[in-house]
Amino acid sequence: MRSSSGSKAALRFWQVAMFVAFLAFWHVATSPTLLPPLYFDNPHKAAFFFGEPLKVLARTWEWFSSGTIYPHLWVTLLETLLAFVIGTVLGLGMGLWLALSPLAAALLDPYIKALNSMPRVILAPIFAVWFGLDIASKVALGVTLVFFIVFFNVYQGVREVSYTVLANARILGASDRQLLRHVYVPSAMSWVFASLHNSVGLAFVGAVVGEYLGSSRGVGYLILQAEGTFDINAVFAGILVLTVFALLLDWAVSLAERRLLVWQPRGGETEKI
Amino acid sequence: MVAALALEDITVTFVSQDGARYTAIKETTLDVAPGEFVSVVGPTGCGKSTLLNVAVGLLQPSAGRIRVFGEPLAGLNRKAGYLFQTEALMPWRTALQNVTAGLEFRKTDASQAVRQAESWLQRVGLAGFGARYPHQLSGGMRKRVALAQTLILDPEIILMDEPFSALDIQTRQLMENELLELWSANRKSVVFITHDLEEAISLSDRVVVLSAGPESHPIGEYQIDLPRPRDVAEIRLTPRFIELHTLIWRAMKEEVLKSYAQQQRQ
Repeated sequence: MRSSSGSKAALRFWQVAMFVAFLAFWHVATSPTLLPPLYFDNPHKAAFFFGEPLKVLARTWEWFSSGTIYPHLWVTLLETLLAFVIGTVLGLGMGLWLALSPLAAALLDPYIKALNSMPRVILAPIFAVWFGLDIASKVALGVTLVFFIVFFNVYQGVREVSYTVLANARILGASDRQLLRHVYVPSAMSWVFASLHNSVGLAFVGAVVGEYLGSSRGVGYLILQAEGTFDINAVFAGILVLTVFALLLDWAVSLAERRLLVWQPRGGETEKI
Repeated sequence: MVAALALEDITVTFVSQDGARYTAIKETTLDVAPGEFVSVVGPTGCGKSTLLNVAVGLLQPSAGRIRVFGEPLAGLNRKAGYLFQTEALMPWRTALQNVTAGLEFRKTDASQAVRQAESWLQRVGLAGFGARYPHQLSGGMRKRVALAQTLILDPEIILMDEPFSALDIQTRQLMENELLELWSANRKSVVFITHDLEEAISLSDRVVVLSAGPESHPIGEYQIDLPRPRDVAEIRLTPRFIELHTLIWRAMKEEVLKSYAQQQRQ
């Protein structure tokens, strides 16, 4: 027991140490005064290309303390959530329908394969034309990314329902609708949850990429603005905010997963007496 | 008296995708009286489970008729409960929710269903385990939940497909005794499939022996005149049990060897 918690603490220590070392290297290598310019002819060029960590942190702090970041974060979050919810509902519906109707599945199979293999980010300009530069076009892009993940997982989940569980439910008297509600959907949901990390992540990617390609609000827009004025520190600050934000989303998903999938066995689970 | 379950001249032929035909069961007739406990034994792969799937309506026979209390069977057999060999509980439902499932499907009042399910969990020795999910229960406990899940609907015919074959020998004998106790409290017709002759004799009123597949069919029927109530562990030591076992085994042995030889060839 002691050695495992001890090694865990040591692991944390080294993880933090690596981060600090990375920041220190970044700071030393880009500071115009600490080292003579090794590669660039001008001491300020390193900072121009790679930014300076202290200025990145200062910019991030300024965004949050002045409150200018919040409307942008809110828009990005809203786009992510809408894309996630709409994509999941559509994927669930289509997945259930096609899995339970072999004829429709056979008919649509080549189109689904084609749509899935298409690089969907390329649709962003089209969506911008269709839905304008407001949040709708970003949501649409996110939906196309989320939909296929959920769709394929539901499709798989329904087809992998255990024959015995299905036959048993039918013998216990379940009608077709009850089978859908009490057997197919719960089974498919476990596959949807398995892909939740992926689909939330992609909803986020859809939102940010959409903003980056054309918008007037959002964290992607902030980054685009900063790039336009060669403000590399602000670009890095935007990336930092996005990363922390993505980690928070992922953590929220883990929490939701743990609550909703209590019925699934976890590796090495034992009961405390 | 009308048989609870009558299989008449049942033939089941499977056609695989490459067109090969396999006749699992040929011209099999089997009657089960109300309240009778019948075991069907036979070597592995002789189509015992196929016969049960036909009886419950999961599988349409290629030829032959099925009557349930005199009525021809169309679709699923609504008078039958089925205990599967493999895991059949819904893993996303707790033990209690699994037991109430059948009542829920029949739109029984929810609070009444829960009361009944709790009483059934108690009867199968799982009082206090209602909130557990199947993965949190042992194999024997899961079988008990499955038993309660089936019996709560009070089916007239109970079909069991080697329900205890995955359990260790001690758990198995306990479950067999419990099954006999539940059955004798409320006698329904039972068709019990097994490859274990001892299990068949110790539980049943009648043992039917199937021949080795393909084209499996009954080759003998034996009335088991052992007194009830029985203790499955003790009754195996009585002289009459050994007599019956010797008699039936003599008929079965040849089929078992045939089945073994076929598996060797494949």
